This record gives sequence, C-alpha cells and structure tokens, in this order.
Amino acid sequence: MINENIVNIIYIVSAILFIYGLKMLGNAAKARKGNMISAIGMFIAIMAALVSNNVLQWQWIAIGIIAGSIVGALASRMVAMTAMPEMVALFNGFGGAASLLVGWAEYQRYVSEGQVMQVTVTSLLIIIITVLIGGITFTGSLIAWAKLAGKIPSKPIQYTGQQIVNVGLLLLLVAGSIAFAPLREMEIIGSYQLLIFIVVISCILGITFVIPIGGGDMPVVISLLNSFSGMAACAAGFVITNNVLIVAGALVGSSGIILTTIMCKAMNRKLTNVLFSGFGSGTTAAKGEGFQGEAKPVSVEDAYLMLEAANNVLIVPGYGMAVAQAQHAVQELAAQLEANGCEVNFAIHPVAGRMPGHMNVLLAEANVPYEQLREMDDVNPTIEMVDIAIVIGANDVVNPAARTDEGSPIYGMPVINVDMARTVIVMKRSLNPGFAGIDNPLFFNDNTRMLFGDAKKTTQGLVAEFKA
Amino acid sequence: MGIMLVFVLVLASFLGFELISKVPSQLHTPLMSGSNAISGITVVGAILSLTGTFVADGEVARIILGTLAVFFATINVVGGYMVTDRMLSMFTTSKKEAKHD
Repeated sequence: MINENIVNIIYIVSAILFIYGLKMLGNAAKARKGNMISAIGMFIAIMAALVSNNVLQWQWIAIGIIAGSIVGALASRMVAMTAMPEMVALFNGFGGAASLLVGWAEYQRYVSEGQVMQVTVTSLLIIIITVLIGGITFTGSLIAWAKLAGKIPSKPIQYTGQQIVNVGLLLLLVAGSIAFAPLREMEIIGSYQLLIFIVVISCILGITFVIPIGGGDMPVVISLLNSFSGMAACAAGFVITNNVLIVAGALVGSSGIILTTIMCKAMNRKLTNVLFSGFGSGTTAAKGEGFQGEAKPVSVEDAYLMLEAANNVLIVPGYGMAVAQAQHAVQELAAQLEANGCEVNFAIHPVAGRMPGHMNVLLAEANVPYEQLREMDDVNPTIEMVDIAIVIGANDVVNPAARTDEGSPIYGMPVINVDMARTVIVMKRSLNPGFAGIDNPLFFNDNTRMLFGDAKKTTQGLVAEFKA
Repeated sequence: MGIMLVFVLVLASFLGFELISKVPSQLHTPLMSGSNAISGITVVGAILSLTGTFVADGEVARIILGTLAVFFATINVVGGYMVTDRMLSMFTTSKKEAKHD
C-alpha cells in the first residue's frame, strides 16, 4: 500500500493522457498515437489501483485480468474487419456490465459489513444510477450486436402498447428505487431483493430501448450507448469515490454525445427521431404502390463491355460489399479499369456500411489509395461527368427518393446522386429493399442496369473479363 | 468530498464536449471504439471492489461480483484498444501518400 496522494497524482497523469489521447483520435494523422497514449493512461491507472489499497484478493484480480485480456485480445484479432461495428457494440456492452457489477459489489460490501442502515440515501441512489445505466448499456449493446450480426431481425420491432410497457417499467423502477433507498426502514421487502429487482428492470429497459430501432440506425445507437457506458463508469466512480473513474467516464459520456450528434447530422436525422420512431415503419402507405417501370438486368459480359468503353468510373460501396468480402476484388477491378486508361474514384457516403468510416477501413485494408476515396460532397457536384457509377451493395445512401419523394422515410438525407451519372450499374443480390427496408426507385430508372449476384463473384467475373 | 466530485464531473463533462469537433467521417468508428476503450476505466473500480477488509459472511458473493466485473472490464479495455489500433493501422500506409495532394 502506498501513499494516497501518490496514487491520486498517478490518476491525474492518466486523466491527462486520456484527454490527449481523445483529442488526437479526432485527427487522421495522429489518431493511432492518440490511441496508444490513452492505452498508456489506462495501464498506469490500473497499476495505481493495484498498489493503492490492501489488496486481499490478488488471485481473483489476476484471474479476471488474465481471462479478460485473453478474450479481448483474441476477439479483437480474429474479428473480420466487416464485423467491426458489432464487435464495438459487444465490447461496449461488457463495459456496461462491469459498471453494473461494481455498483452491485459495493452494495454487497455494505451488506456483508452489516452497514446497510448506516449508508446515506445518496449513496444508495448513486448505486441505483450505476446499476441502471450499466444495465441499459449492457442489454442495449447486446441487442445492437444481435441486430448487426443478424442474430435477430434488424427491422424495427414494434408492438402495440409499447409506450405503456415502457412507462410501466419506468414506474416500477422509480417505485423500486424509492423502496430501496429513502423508504428502506419500512422493510416491506428485503432490500437485497429490491436491488436484484432494479438490476432486472434495468436490463429489460435496455432491451425495450433498442429493439424498436431499425438496423440502419444502429451506428447512432451504438455511439449513444458508448456515451452511456462512459456515464455508467462515471456513476461507478461516485459509488467508490474515485476521481479517475469520474473524469474518464465523464469525458467519454460527453464526447460520445457530441459524436452521436455529428453522426445524426451526417444522416440528416434528429436524435429523437432515431430513438422514438422506428425507421421506415410509419410509411406502409407508400409501400404498396411500387414504382413505374421495371428493372433491367445485365450479364457480366455486357457490364464488362460497358465498363471497357468508359472513361470515368465512380465506385459507390456499401454494406453489401462488406458482407460479400468483396473489397479486394473491387480494388482489383479498379486497378484493371485504370490500366485501361479510365479514371476511377470511390465515393464514400458518411454513413455507408454499418458505421461511419466502415468503408474507408475496408478499402484501406484492400490497399485502395487514399486519394481515390472521395467524400460525398466532393463527388456530387461533378457527378454528371461520370460515365458509369458502379453501386456495390449500397442502397439507402444512393436512393434518389431522399431527394424527390417527400413521403420517403429518408427524405432529406444527403445521398450520392448516382442517378445523375450517365449510366448506373447496381450490383445487388436481389431487388429486395435494403437494411432499412425502404424501396429504391433507382433500380427502376432508365439509365440503371442491375447486375444481380454475389458482389464478390460478379466483381471477380468482371476482372476476369478484363484479363481475358 | 461529495461536492468536489460533482465539481470534477461538471468540468470533465464540459471538457469532453469541447474535445470533439469537426472529426472527419472516416475517423468516427475508430473514435467511437477508442473512447469505448476509455470507458473500460471501470476496471479500476472493479479492482478496488476486491480490496479492503473481507469478512467471512458474504465474501463469496463479493468475490464473484468483483471478479466478473474485472473480467468484463478487462475485455472492454484490451479488446477496445486493440481493435482501435487495428483499424487505425490500416490508415497509416495510405496517409503518407495523401499528404501530396
């Protein structure tokens, strides 16, 4: 055990490292170093915690840290880049669960020391807040993970009486909390049972919070849950009166809110809309009508002939490219097109894929040069000059209905205007509406050709045609 | 003591609000993942929950809760930092070329 002041100074140093790390993470050139700096901050905070007190349970701490490190390291090494968003959701959920358990363990300490009646109401309420935010983060993140990983349907799940159920749960929570803290002398029910009750209600709230939100909005939800996990850590800091938890938790909590707002802006959606109206669920009226015209499929050979004659090609990737693991094939196709004397660019929509930046990561992995990755606002003004726009597994981000159809649930969202290019080739498995379940009139346009099939196979087919 | 903690909370929150602005969209995912790793700071709380005096009664429950908390938080920390680094490492090679334009 070392001096408390020294421990606190170490905590201050690690808080400074977190601040620098976060700041640098927002800058492309310094991001990796920033992440390293914040990891060092974490390391010394853990070291300080280990020497700060009379640790009587070394073996259990060691088991927890070693097992957790192995699981975390393996998971982060083995996950495919395409599955990155759900991995982040899962890690986030574990963080929430940990905060919940810290709050619970602190209560257990009071119980085992026979001090429950001496603890102040404030302390008990803080424990409830920790358990509540931690529980919502935990189950909410698990649902977000399951939706992204396709374990449960990604469509918004809504049922009648949803609001009543939510209000009922909140009332139960408030009643449970009042009985747990301010009215604990009444002892109608044992306070330990009440704590378990609050844990359960918190976990159910996490589920009912995320389940009505469509898969297309999951990036925003994960970002918000990330902010929550920071707040949970912050609340846990109040439970055990620890500064470094409060500082780091509050940093993540508030910067997470800002990041969530930035993401919402990129999708031109309000956070309240994301949270309280299922994406695409209120527009059943528009669905039945269908669109004028019919889709015009092309074969790989025909698509090759079109591409061979093109001078300017714009590739618009989406989540379908990630699912088909087509990024390397796409890079090869781009190289072949360039060898053919054609100008090739990639247009990256801010929310293409399951998370902002998802496409950039995948294409960078496939060695696509950075300067070929163009942002939406760069390509839209000159999109009329593009001979062929190839849409690979993208849907909502190129949906012209966002511009033209006021009844569309994504009306107003900025999209890449591929329909204004001279010709559009859409690679897609079928005509089914995409992840968010919204019809896309692009597929039925006169200048659109549908190249059906698995994105990787068709792209490889095109590459083979070029090589032949 | 309590009010000092609230003071710390308020200042840190405002700092967090100011820290993030104008982030290029390709960095949103790494930023989310990196800040998610920081929220694993609750590992410190988990470790501290396994310190102090232990009385025989209820000790098992505290050990189970604390060990699980350490386990989950460590997954968050180690996994979070490693996955962020892996994502960012993919940007590094191409970044130098980008300086030219």
